[in-house]
Amino acid sequence: MRVANKGLTQGARVIPFTFDGRGYSGLEGDTLASALLGEGVRLVGRSFKYHRPRGVLSAGSEEPNALVTVEGVPNTRATVQEIWDGMAARSQNAWPRLELDALGVNDLLAPFLGAGFYYKTFMWPRPFWERVYEPFIRRAAGLGHLSGKADGAPFEKAWAFCDLLVIGAGPAGLMAALAAGRAGADVILADEGSRMGGRLLAETDPVDGRAPHLWAESVLAELAAMPNVRLMPRTAVTGVYDGGTYGALERVGLHGRARADLPQECFWRIVARRAVLAAGAIERPLAFPDNDRPGIMLAGAVRAYLNRWGVVAGPRVAVYGNNDDAHRTARDLAQAGLKVAALIDMRGEARVEGAAYPVLTGARVTGTSGRLGLRSIRVDGLGGPRELEVDCLAVSGGWTPSVHLTCHLGAKPVWDDRLQAFRPRDGAVPGMVVAGSAAGRLTTAACLADGLRAAAEVLGDLGRTVPPMELPAAEDAPHAVAPFTVGEGSRQFVDFQNDVTVKDIRLSAQEGFQSVEHMKRYTTLGMATDQGKTANLPAMAVLAEALGSPVAATGTTTFRPPFVPVPIAALGAGGQGAGFAPQRFTTSHEASVQRGAAMTEAGLWYRPSYFPRPGEATWRQACDREVDMVRHAVGVCDVSTLGKIDIQGPDAAAFLDFVYANTFSTLPRGKVRYGLMLREDGFVMDDGTTARLGDRHYLMTTTTAAAAQVMRHLDFVAQVLRPDLDVQVLSVTEQWAQFSVAGPWSRELLQSVVDADLSDAALPYMGCAEVEVMGVRGRVFRISFSGERAFEVAVPARHGAALWRLLVAQAESLGGGPYGLEALNVLRIEKGFITHAEIHGRTTAFDIGMERMVSKAKDCVGWAASRRPGLLEEDREQLVGLRPVARSGQLTAGAHLYGRDAAATRVNGQGYVTSVCWSPSFDTSLGLGFLKGGRARHGEVVRLVDAMRSVETLCEVTDPVFLDPEGGRMRG
Amino acid sequence: MRYSGFRLIREGFRGNTGWTRAWRDPSPRPDYDAIIIGGGGHGLSTAYYLARNHGITNVAVLEKGYLGGGNVGRNTTIVRANYFLPGNSEFYSHSLKLWEGLERELNYNVMHSQRGHMILFHSDGQRDAAARRGNAMAAQGDDAILYDREGVRAMLPFLDYEQARFPIHGGLFHPRGGTARHDAVAWGYARGADRRGVDLIQNCEVTGIDIENGVVRGVQTTRGPIRARKVGIVVAGRSSQVAAMAGMRLPIESHVLQAFVTEGLKPVIDHVISFGMGHFYISQSDKGGLVFGGDLDFYASYAQRGNLPMVEHVMEAGMTLMPMIGRARVLRSWGGIMDMSPDGSPIIDRTHVEGLFLNCGWNYGGFKAVPASGWCMAHLMATGQPHEVAARYRLDRFATGRGLMDEEGTGAQHSLH
Amino acid sequence: MRVTCPYCGERDRREFTIQGDDTSLRRPGRDAGAEAWHAHVHLRDNPAGRLREMWYHDPCGAWIVVERDTVTHAVHGSVPAREAAR
Repeated sequence: MRVANKGLTQGARVIPFTFDGRGYSGLEGDTLASALLGEGVRLVGRSFKYHRPRGVLSAGSEEPNALVTVEGVPNTRATVQEIWDGMAARSQNAWPRLELDALGVNDLLAPFLGAGFYYKTFMWPRPFWERVYEPFIRRAAGLGHLSGKADGAPFEKAWAFCDLLVIGAGPAGLMAALAAGRAGADVILADEGSRMGGRLLAETDPVDGRAPHLWAESVLAELAAMPNVRLMPRTAVTGVYDGGTYGALERVGLHGRARADLPQECFWRIVARRAVLAAGAIERPLAFPDNDRPGIMLAGAVRAYLNRWGVVAGPRVAVYGNNDDAHRTARDLAQAGLKVAALIDMRGEARVEGAAYPVLTGARVTGTSGRLGLRSIRVDGLGGPRELEVDCLAVSGGWTPSVHLTCHLGAKPVWDDRLQAFRPRDGAVPGMVVAGSAAGRLTTAACLADGLRAAAEVLGDLGRTVPPMELPAAEDAPHAVAPFTVGEGSRQFVDFQNDVTVKDIRLSAQEGFQSVEHMKRYTTLGMATDQGKTANLPAMAVLAEALGSPVAATGTTTFRPPFVPVPIAALGAGGQGAGFAPQRFTTSHEASVQRGAAMTEAGLWYRPSYFPRPGEATWRQACDREVDMVRHAVGVCDVSTLGKIDIQGPDAAAFLDFVYANTFSTLPRGKVRYGLMLREDGFVMDDGTTARLGDRHYLMTTTTAAAAQVMRHLDFVAQVLRPDLDVQVLSVTEQWAQFSVAGPWSRELLQSVVDADLSDAALPYMGCAEVEVMGVRGRVFRISFSGERAFEVAVPARHGAALWRLLVAQAESLGGGPYGLEALNVLRIEKGFITHAEIHGRTTAFDIGMERMVSKAKDCVGWAASRRPGLLEEDREQLVGLRPVARSGQLTAGAHLYGRDAAATRVNGQGYVTSVCWSPSFDTSLGLGFLKGGRARHGEVVRLVDAMRSVETLCEVTDPVFLDPEGGRMRG
Repeated sequence: MRYSGFRLIREGFRGNTGWTRAWRDPSPRPDYDAIIIGGGGHGLSTAYYLARNHGITNVAVLEKGYLGGGNVGRNTTIVRANYFLPGNSEFYSHSLKLWEGLERELNYNVMHSQRGHMILFHSDGQRDAAARRGNAMAAQGDDAILYDREGVRAMLPFLDYEQARFPIHGGLFHPRGGTARHDAVAWGYARGADRRGVDLIQNCEVTGIDIENGVVRGVQTTRGPIRARKVGIVVAGRSSQVAAMAGMRLPIESHVLQAFVTEGLKPVIDHVISFGMGHFYISQSDKGGLVFGGDLDFYASYAQRGNLPMVEHVMEAGMTLMPMIGRARVLRSWGGIMDMSPDGSPIIDRTHVEGLFLNCGWNYGGFKAVPASGWCMAHLMATGQPHEVAARYRLDRFATGRGLMDEEGTGAQHSLH
Repeated sequence: MRVTCPYCGERDRREFTIQGDDTSLRRPGRDAGAEAWHAHVHLRDNPAGRLREMWYHDPCGAWIVVERDTVTHAVHGSVPAREAAR
């Protein structure tokens, strides 16, 4: 209900919204929780396990109960979510409806559903776990629903940098930010609330002689006017990471109707040289039987709803606490003209002066009633038990400093007897100072002073000084609190959301789960969406009591990021769809797409698979034609994606001798050589060709897949392994467009665009030259990946698109055309050339039949390790060719090889198939693979078995080079 | 005490006062037949199988913190047997068979749920690699099905098939793969070992290993010296430090692997899904949280926490693969310390010290290995001979180059597996 | 985590690729023997504490040696690998 003349939202615009389909209205500035309370709604959800009716407990992000689905977004905290015009919210975890929930029956079964019950049953009969028990448990568990569809709402990520990050804009944070701002530091002040001010908005005790929210407003106005200060309301700092990096979640558009042009939320990476943590404190509930009914709320929250939002959960309120702060709730309620049924203080020694309501000291609440909302409480005190009819019970077990962020780098908080709580350890996070109630200083005056002190400390580190400032006058009343104790009776909830009771914790201790981590994991305490913000400390007290040890010795569980839950869409903003990884396009991309080429991903690149022609129904038809075209006319293929690395310097030759297993210092200028590169562990890293363009100048090509890795490796060799060599290494992959021109007519084609002699005499096989290509300085390499006479021609990338169109046009005039990756693959398999399908990281030079290339005359990366005995044994799997015994026999890559008559079991395994193709040149399937001792088994028949595709084929083992083993076609 | 539905009901009516301790809290005795250093999943299962399979019950498990406090309690709970290299194939196949009977073996519901495990592939090359893997699984006698894109779509309609940067070409499905409740595995083995007489000693840190003339004699601990004829080092995450006590330098680097869980949601993902292009894998727990993880942070670390670059990368992978999870909120992130070996596969072997045995190098494969690791380690410690399914997990394979099991093909750079 | 590239200044961890400890600075000679090479390629001190580690700054191509604590993640400095290797 609304309270007359109370609240900072008085006179604000009226905002209609719905909850479970029913229409309500609130005021601008209301959270869903305050608006519902204003409308007299106490029941807002059902608990996780027992489906007990639950209402709003808190007024902040620590809320365990009031989780709702807002416009399809599950598990939204009603205590944080602001309302907007027409917002539709729904309750969760209740069927058929909130007031009458079928699974409420779980509550009756509670004696059988205690901590860890599921570890002790559901074991028989075995298939029932997956088929019966588990599906039921899964449906019953969980809270809100995901729709199962992407909603496409925009989210963002951003970076921010500052001298000082102030976390929390309550009295301590405001004071720290003000001091730092006046000192000229770059400041970010972040606060998770929609309105800055923290507890100053919830209290009535004056600051600087004014209402506290007015003082906050004046400070905020000054801060807003400073160019060096950035205010970030609705921004929760979620995590502390190494090196002064903080994660923060800003609700950008989440408090209004979704818009396509506004992010819902933004995840910030804030890099701060220093930080002041002024995150405040969280109030603890108390344990007593049925302490979870809607209407039972934290005392500080009751005060916040009254003073900030002008609402209360009902006309009759009782207050129950073990500390002085609870008294203020009774005072404020009474001053607002509400009926305070009683102020109940557990402590016999508590004193309250001049109260206009009954004060019961040394008394306890021992029970409550009201099925869907609190109706009455039972109080046991000096005068015996009595029943009080109330709609709302404000409870306070004292305040717990919000130490969470101080623990994210692994520090444990320390116990403080005065607070009956843990407080941050000094120096827990490098560069962070904790101030105010987060540091255990609970009065407003102490918070203000501490904020100023903290600012002075970090500004000193930053080489700045705080200008003289006066502390405003504020309340400084003592905050005495009694230790947490447990009453008699059952159903005393500690973790409201996960339905963990005092009994559960005691059972955990009884069964030997006595480490606080065991207790947490066994009972699920603190593992709900609120991460036990209100539950952890009471639970530790209960465990300590059960074990007869002090809470300090029990310790805490580990605080982990994020402080408040963060949507995957925010942390993963930008990743959806194609945004996940960069897209790289060659200069011929547009022309290929225009021709209707099927483009495919090759690492980060896109390359054409094949170029279909009219009348071709399948990729195979196009591929077969393109292979035939290269073998009998000429084909053009963009090979720009291969890594190109320019290597120059007096020691370039020595460098390459060290990088490659074979020798490059002997390579004459104007020549190209195939190179094999090993990892230091002796296995093959990559292969490619390297051309010598000058005495001190080489150009290396790498495979597309390994280009980045090889570049990093060359830098490593140059800087780490061989800094003695004078050599410079630079990737020029993107600077050059390079095209393969392959086939019997390749020379004729190329001659038509290149102004140089391309004859065998002038440019023999494995030769290279710098040439003019249509007036542009380019390069020609006489190399072949197809087994045909072939050239690769390179021009600066800006001329790539033009050259591609020209080459294709010329090729077509010669009966050829472009070819894609599919044909390229067939051509190389027919010729027995390897790719990363064969050099997959587990093969050696020995395995692929290239051990003779490994020079014994010099050191190179990987030489020593490649001599390990196990890498040179004859029974290793060696590269072979495979040809079906029956011409029509099917080969599949990924199939395994077995002896002709052996069963297809692991122990009989002889090898596997790496690459296969249909070979138009041989009119049969061909394959490459690895076979144990394969080089000595040419001519043997083995059995290919592919259980995944139901293929079994007898194959003849052959040399991997099927086509033109002598190489006449390439050389001629 | 035997657990059953009947007992649960009886105790419910009696106020749950009759439940006894899951395991005792003994003080260390001066002398044991065997000591297991490390009270994690592997150490506890080793102790259990020493007692169960070999009748060796005069055993102590020494744990410096609390039982199951390491990686067995901070992983993504996936159980599968889909390796493709000999050595790993037979070992993980054996482990999965042990998982399948674990509830009744231990009289403890570890919630092993064979929900099915799908590895997605995104290119022809990856499809062939998946086929090779599937064929290895079939040859081992395990189950695997190769699905094309439409087959995957029928099973997982919520993946992004239209906009994804790396389109889904298909998937390799492992019907018997799934998940288990991680803590329960540690507790189940602990309770089982305790019931067979093993002393589980918590808050007892080993500070030295006593060796005389090349023979192990016992250990020094924060609770005094303890003699033993056999000692097993089973402390993945801390292997280098403990092995150093016996003068050994290991082929291990320690790295942090992060994992994440969201708030509880009603069932939306039924299977375990693995997205290799993004180093992302996800399942939904019985409590409703989406549990997922990614790749290492790549810097060496003993802190059980990571940093934002990998957090964000994992989330971006999730968004490109299944954008419908965007509104799920990440509740908690944590890190486990991985023993990374040069070939990505583990070590279960004797050492140069007689009576001292080593179990380490679990890389990412530790959780699902818990049953077979204990089974084989117990066999090795009891008989002195390697168990046949772990015979390839030799320490000397790196020196000789024989029998390396590099499933990723990334070579001897520990962090890349 | 923030690391200083000696050439570019302080940068976020995501700009770097990391390749294990600084063993590679002490590469044995070709004929140092199987034991030495096994130790070099496979065995690691793997300290829980200060470690010198090889980082590559992807945008500028510099390999640097970063001294870092593996328990606290504190970064204690970085030098160009080229200097450390000499």
